[in-house]
Amino acid sequence: MTDSRPVLTMTGISKSFPGVRALHNVDFRLFPSEVHALMGENGAGKSTLIKVLTGVYGIDEGSVTLDGEQVAFNGPMQAAAAGVSTVYQEVNLCPNLSVAENIFIGREPRRFGAVRWGEVRRRARQLLARLDLDIDVTAPVASFSLAVQQMVAIARAIDVQARVLILDEPTSSLDAGEVAQLFRIMRQLRDEGIAILFVTHFLDQVYGIADRITVLRNGTLVGEYPTAELPQLALVEKMIGKELDVLEGIEEQPRPELAAIERGTPFVQVSKLGRRGAVAPFSLTIHAGEVVGLAGLLGSGRTEVARLLFGADRADRGEIEVNGTRTGLRNPVQAIDHGIGFCSENRRTEGIIADLSVRENMILAMQAARGWLRPIPRRRQDELVDRYIKALSIRPANPEMPVRNLSGGNQQKVLLARWLITEPRLLILDEPTRGIDIGAKAEIQKLVVQLSDGGMAVLFISAELEEVLRLSHKIAVMRDRELVAHLDNDDTVDADLVMQTIASGTAREEANR
Amino acid sequence: MSDAGNRFRPLLGHRLFWPVAVLVAMLAANTIYRPGFLAIEVNNGHLYGTPIDILRLSAPLILVGLGMTLVISTGGIDLSVGSLCAISGAIACLYISRAPDQNNLVTVLTALAMALGVALVLGAWNGVLVSVIGIQPIIATLILMVAGRGLAQLIAEGQIITINSGPYRAIGLGHLLTLPLAIFIALAAALLVAAFTRRTALGMIVESVGGNREASRLAGIRSGRIVFLVYVVSAACAAIAGFMMTANVSSADGNNTGLWVELDAILAVVIGGTSLAGGRFYLSGTIVGALIIQTLTTTVYAMNISPQTALLFKAVVVIAVCLIQAPAFRAKFRRRRRGTPPPTPSAPQPQKEQVTA
Repeated sequence: MTDSRPVLTMTGISKSFPGVRALHNVDFRLFPSEVHALMGENGAGKSTLIKVLTGVYGIDEGSVTLDGEQVAFNGPMQAAAAGVSTVYQEVNLCPNLSVAENIFIGREPRRFGAVRWGEVRRRARQLLARLDLDIDVTAPVASFSLAVQQMVAIARAIDVQARVLILDEPTSSLDAGEVAQLFRIMRQLRDEGIAILFVTHFLDQVYGIADRITVLRNGTLVGEYPTAELPQLALVEKMIGKELDVLEGIEEQPRPELAAIERGTPFVQVSKLGRRGAVAPFSLTIHAGEVVGLAGLLGSGRTEVARLLFGADRADRGEIEVNGTRTGLRNPVQAIDHGIGFCSENRRTEGIIADLSVRENMILAMQAARGWLRPIPRRRQDELVDRYIKALSIRPANPEMPVRNLSGGNQQKVLLARWLITEPRLLILDEPTRGIDIGAKAEIQKLVVQLSDGGMAVLFISAELEEVLRLSHKIAVMRDRELVAHLDNDDTVDADLVMQTIASGTAREEANR
Repeated sequence: MSDAGNRFRPLLGHRLFWPVAVLVAMLAANTIYRPGFLAIEVNNGHLYGTPIDILRLSAPLILVGLGMTLVISTGGIDLSVGSLCAISGAIACLYISRAPDQNNLVTVLTALAMALGVALVLGAWNGVLVSVIGIQPIIATLILMVAGRGLAQLIAEGQIITINSGPYRAIGLGHLLTLPLAIFIALAAALLVAAFTRRTALGMIVESVGGNREASRLAGIRSGRIVFLVYVVSAACAAIAGFMMTANVSSADGNNTGLWVELDAILAVVIGGTSLAGGRFYLSGTIVGALIIQTLTTTVYAMNISPQTALLFKAVVVIAVCLIQAPAFRAKFRRRRRGTPPPTPSAPQPQKEQVTA
């Protein structure tokens, strides 16, 4: 299916940002008439590679060759003009403009400076016909489904005589039928000779359409494989990596005792809870003092589960029982009333209030629960804040400093303190250790163990399997927005088993109770 | 920086330093131009003089500015305050003008209560539009800014309502302890709003909602209620300012009462250091900002600047004040940064001819 000569070659690409080496000596090839999946966990360097290719970032080292000639684009526009078009994860269209306008915006056919609207519409219809899409090109883009919008974005991309089409997570907000439609078009374009670079987090989709797979991890190339020669388990292993966890040397933590967990009334019990387009209905039980780990690749629905349990999003089906009583968690206020706390993975946009001080950020949830008419007395505030600055060793230990001036790890600890102050009975931690230094990471892990010893239930979400395995009593495995398995974290469970579960979508017989 | 510079750094770093410096500079410039500018004399047991006038005349702007500060802190804006001044003034004057005894204190208090009540309802209207229906604040309050003028006209039946009421007149021109009563009213309102926000947790919660609405929601704050509340407070402040404006001239003019005060108020808030993007708010800064604007107006009159150039003069001063305050602008003057060198472009790929599909 592939020609012998690649249309695009990237050789020895390195790219650094201040303090971070995003790509190190990465090679990448793309042949005409192939769908090539670029795989890797969050931070592996996928987006950086695409941005280096299309000229969003400059290249530190290495070279890019297109059709045998060396190129260096100064931006996506130039790249598109040379035949390398990109369709981004978030559909980059103007929702209020018509389909035809969106396809030709910025390069409308003109005569004497005036846009030839008839020509715009005619060519838009032709392009869409090539994609088997028969829609009204004068209707605003916003009036169509996301899938159609995605097609319009692709139509826009291939109009410029594209030879290389980059699709950056195009399926992340599509449902199964829409994905099938997209795949049909991708195959059609492939058969027309276009090389497609496809980035996704959905394993099934990779095996459904990709001819070859390139895996990145931590900014380095793991390898390039024909899809048929790389089983799912091997792919997951290559993405996550089976390195010895550095943390183990730092902190020898007691392995949680499964038997010690009380099997009384669960604190939270959900059955068939789900939300259309976010996560398929799932059931989950969390007891007091229990740490439940949520494992799965990025985009597998881990965060969506957490948000439903906290009322940040509303479930559209299923039931929740808290402490044996049926209840609806329709918003965060209700969840907090029930003793649930939630540290979002998006520290900056959903966690800290950057302008406010460390003290104010810490007491915010408690103050919100009391209502503004009952301010927490300043002395009590200082007491609480001092206690948690010490307990979590927050640096600098200055409660009046704006929280924006703290490092990521310390901001994370401030958020932890915000919830610990409310003395929750269930704490949901979504990627609490992502992007923070190893010392802070170890401290947060230790804290989780202490909290569960003290009787608090914890839902622990992390991309790092080792971390989930070390801390959790039970592990729920997510895959493609579905909770596919519950595992008791006993001696029979290890990273291999969890990876196998992620890869295959079913738990091993003896682990699946 | 020199040692002296380091010593003054805490002072220079204070957020009120530049607004106060500008105010002092303007007063100084006036005094140089006209040495009697700062003179205060006692007449009939009352203090008179330009500084007293500035304080008295800035009272309505301070009031409107207090409410505006809270609104802006949530990331919103209230353009309807000028119309609210006109409506509340018109209602109060209409009621008094129809009363048998215009000097009756009960009559005046009833008029004030009625007008304030209507203003609160209109503030609630703004609040509902923004927080419940989710219309952008600038549009939501623009509705009442435009319609409110019509409403004031309607109340006054297209006339300028003239009254002759001692107690009502006192709101604008009366004296207490040798100083104009208006100063005390503005001061009391400022202290009330300060207590209301800083003695309770309201201030922090308003700042939190303005700083990051989604994060605040996830921390359990009912952001909608807070946003609603600030528009009601803003309307109440505007109503009181409307009483002062109409009391000053003993008449209510639906067309002109409080005209453009919303723009002055926004300016005062910004000069005071509150960001239009929302977040931290500074009531004291707004008060200084209002004083700067009033001093500027007085200066224009005192220096006999012709009306044609007066607005231009004001604009230049305002631009200067804003630039001086902007850290980015000051940094530019301290050291000129060099931009990163542009990436060296290599020879662009010869492009394929584009063929019409």
